[in-house]
Amino acid sequence: MAHSWQSYQAKGFYDELINEDLTARLTGQALVDFLKTLNPTEMDNARHVADLAVKEMGITFTVYGEGSSIDRSWPIDIIPRVIQQKEWQQVEIGLKQRVKALNMFINDIYHDQRIVKDGVFPKSLLEQSVNFRKECVGISPKNNIWAHICGSDLVRDGEGVIRVLEDNLRVPSGVSYMLENRSVMKRVFPELFDNINVLPVNDYPSQLFDMLAAMSPRSGDAPEVVVLTPGMYNSAYFEHCYLAQQMGCELVEGGDLQVGDDDCVYMKTIRGLRRVDVIYRRVDDLFIDPEVFNAKSTLGVAGLMRAWRAGNVSLVNAPGAGVADDKVVYSYVPDMIKYYLAEETLLPNVETFRCNDPEHFDYVIKNIAELVVKPANESGGYGLLIGPHSTKAEQAETIRQIKADPRNFIAQPTLNLSTVPTLTPENEVQGRHVDLRPFILSSGDDTYVTTGGLTRVAMTKGSLVVNSSQGGGSKDTWIIADNQEAAC
Amino acid sequence: MLARVAETLYWSARYLERAENLSRLISINNMLMMDLPKGVSSGWRPLIDIVGSVAVYSDTYQDFNDRNVLSFLTIDEENPSSLYMCVKSARNNLRTVREVIPNHVWQLVNSLYHYIQDNRSKCIDKRDMFGFFEYVTNAILTISGALHATLNHDEGYIFMCYGMYLERADMSSRILDVRTASLIHEGDEKPYENLQWISVLRSMSAYQMYRQKMGMRIRAKEVLTFILTNIHFPRSVQFCLSSLSRLGDLLSMDPALKARIGYCQERLQGNVVAELHGEELHAFIDALQIDLSDIHQLLCDQFFIPNTLEIEQKQVQIMQA
Repeated sequence: MAHSWQSYQAKGFYDELINEDLTARLTGQALVDFLKTLNPTEMDNARHVADLAVKEMGITFTVYGEGSSIDRSWPIDIIPRVIQQKEWQQVEIGLKQRVKALNMFINDIYHDQRIVKDGVFPKSLLEQSVNFRKECVGISPKNNIWAHICGSDLVRDGEGVIRVLEDNLRVPSGVSYMLENRSVMKRVFPELFDNINVLPVNDYPSQLFDMLAAMSPRSGDAPEVVVLTPGMYNSAYFEHCYLAQQMGCELVEGGDLQVGDDDCVYMKTIRGLRRVDVIYRRVDDLFIDPEVFNAKSTLGVAGLMRAWRAGNVSLVNAPGAGVADDKVVYSYVPDMIKYYLAEETLLPNVETFRCNDPEHFDYVIKNIAELVVKPANESGGYGLLIGPHSTKAEQAETIRQIKADPRNFIAQPTLNLSTVPTLTPENEVQGRHVDLRPFILSSGDDTYVTTGGLTRVAMTKGSLVVNSSQGGGSKDTWIIADNQEAAC
Repeated sequence: MLARVAETLYWSARYLERAENLSRLISINNMLMMDLPKGVSSGWRPLIDIVGSVAVYSDTYQDFNDRNVLSFLTIDEENPSSLYMCVKSARNNLRTVREVIPNHVWQLVNSLYHYIQDNRSKCIDKRDMFGFFEYVTNAILTISGALHATLNHDEGYIFMCYGMYLERADMSSRILDVRTASLIHEGDEKPYENLQWISVLRSMSAYQMYRQKMGMRIRAKEVLTFILTNIHFPRSVQFCLSSLSRLGDLLSMDPALKARIGYCQERLQGNVVAELHGEELHAFIDALQIDLSDIHQLLCDQFFIPNTLEIEQKQVQIMQA
């Protein structure tokens, strides 16, 4: 017997695959038709194929504080999430606009601060920003690009409108899982790829390498590009390896590099020292150079900032780029777009209340039970309060924290996040909330957006927390070419 | 290539080679014990001697019964040389260099690791152990094959081969050392001696090749000569050394390292080895092990501890004709 899609609950949310009347949305028609032919045993088998592939391929992630378990299998749900190509093209344009403005903002902040002088962005915010690096003031990275790689989190609200939830500009992760999810899905449902025109995603490593190579401070066609990792205990270590491997670059640790008296960066090879041109660093700002930042850091390289300032090496992303990776600064992105580009924002933000604004502050305290409260600079879902799912005690604690440091908090309405059919552990198909993290590469000459991105899904019924560190799963994201629909 | 990466590859290959040897050794010993009457068999104790872990063993176990020795050699997490720990170390090492080895190879190592973890009980079960060790040996041979067939044969591969040959030479010499101590008694033709030497050969996958090359009945002298000095058998010490020498040339190794290998090779002459007996033989193998450990050290000094003063001007071309 085929899976009972008749009991699927698509009401009350925007479901991305199924209409309220339980018919399939046009873009997902072929997928739904296929899934409906599978009986529960076949579904369960497909899940096993996926689990086995993940285990064999060694696709893992790490959750901090789990002791010996440094690699847990990456959770993939076997029902893909589909997006129409036409819609995605609009999202791409919106993301490019956004990242362009963000780079202009960061560059401005470390130079003339025109946006502050012109009264568009408050000076006080900058002074209290934990990610503003005074050590970066006056530095001009190549092409004035600071956030070469941006991972923006997108959500679809109750009306089906795609909005930006946050921008990750420090060391955004997840792209390797986007790529691996596709490899797994090709094993799980190979027949689907015959009939549905799913756009490929595997161009990313080449695009990334081209962007990195373009950042080289030296001319010549073979720049030495390396990936700097904190090591195998980092939660994203799998990804660091994966990307280095896909790009054919050296994966280095801090101990593999040194800065010479000539302020150039060298790596220690079996033949001695070799000059490095571009470092795709996956180590946080504060740990990259014990001479300048955290003196106790063993993850970084002493003198790296010296070499960068001298223009002898490119750091990707640039130190200090995180100044725009702040949930309060986020709320000013539409203003930045207007200010720098004189354009209207194409991809809207989620309505955001800033706790350091007295009016917003009062609103947040009064309505905390309805809001999602986020610390300005945490990631991975840490320190989040989801009002409707919280206890009075948790709310009181968050209010106490907000009062102590209003600059560090923002609040947003609890979004009615869209759902996508997902296979539950009980082998039923139910709607689960999702978000989407595309990645945007900027070299200054060119901007590239991934085809779709990493879809994260909250595996617990009703949950809005999609982070893998908090029990979230993932889905392959299919951007489906338009000519497919014409053919149907 | 990064010095750290080169060292990691070297060690991964050593661990895998050790695991393969261990797996075969255990499996063959198990077969041998079924053939030998009680009282003649020296039991499981020699295997602990071969891996040189008597002290670690005695910390945990009182006697040398099947169960204890097999757990210790196979799945014991306190024993750094157990099969499980070797594969785990290889996997952990390869994890840190996943970007340089073919994905397929990583998947094979990863699957092997999971296999051992999921089948822990099989290695001490009389009935299941044959299949278990066969699986492990085959898996490692597949990994070697995949490396040979899919990894660029440049520095990384050479360092892996280096680790493999050095470990193999070391294991072969250890097996001979321990087995000759318990088997060679001059003028004393022990019953079942033939059977035991066959098992020594088998534990190095050398039986068939020995037959082909040496032809004659199996005797201590010939077995020793074959395992130490044969130039065609890929697990003989001489073969391993000449491979090290050839690979070292591709890496433009230090003259001191080359000389050390050469010296060691010269000592391994068939007519010399055939004349060795008892204590002499033991001393000879001891000296051989010191040579192997020196070769390891010289390799580390040259390649794994980068000279931080010299800045490389141009990439040295390897694999020259």
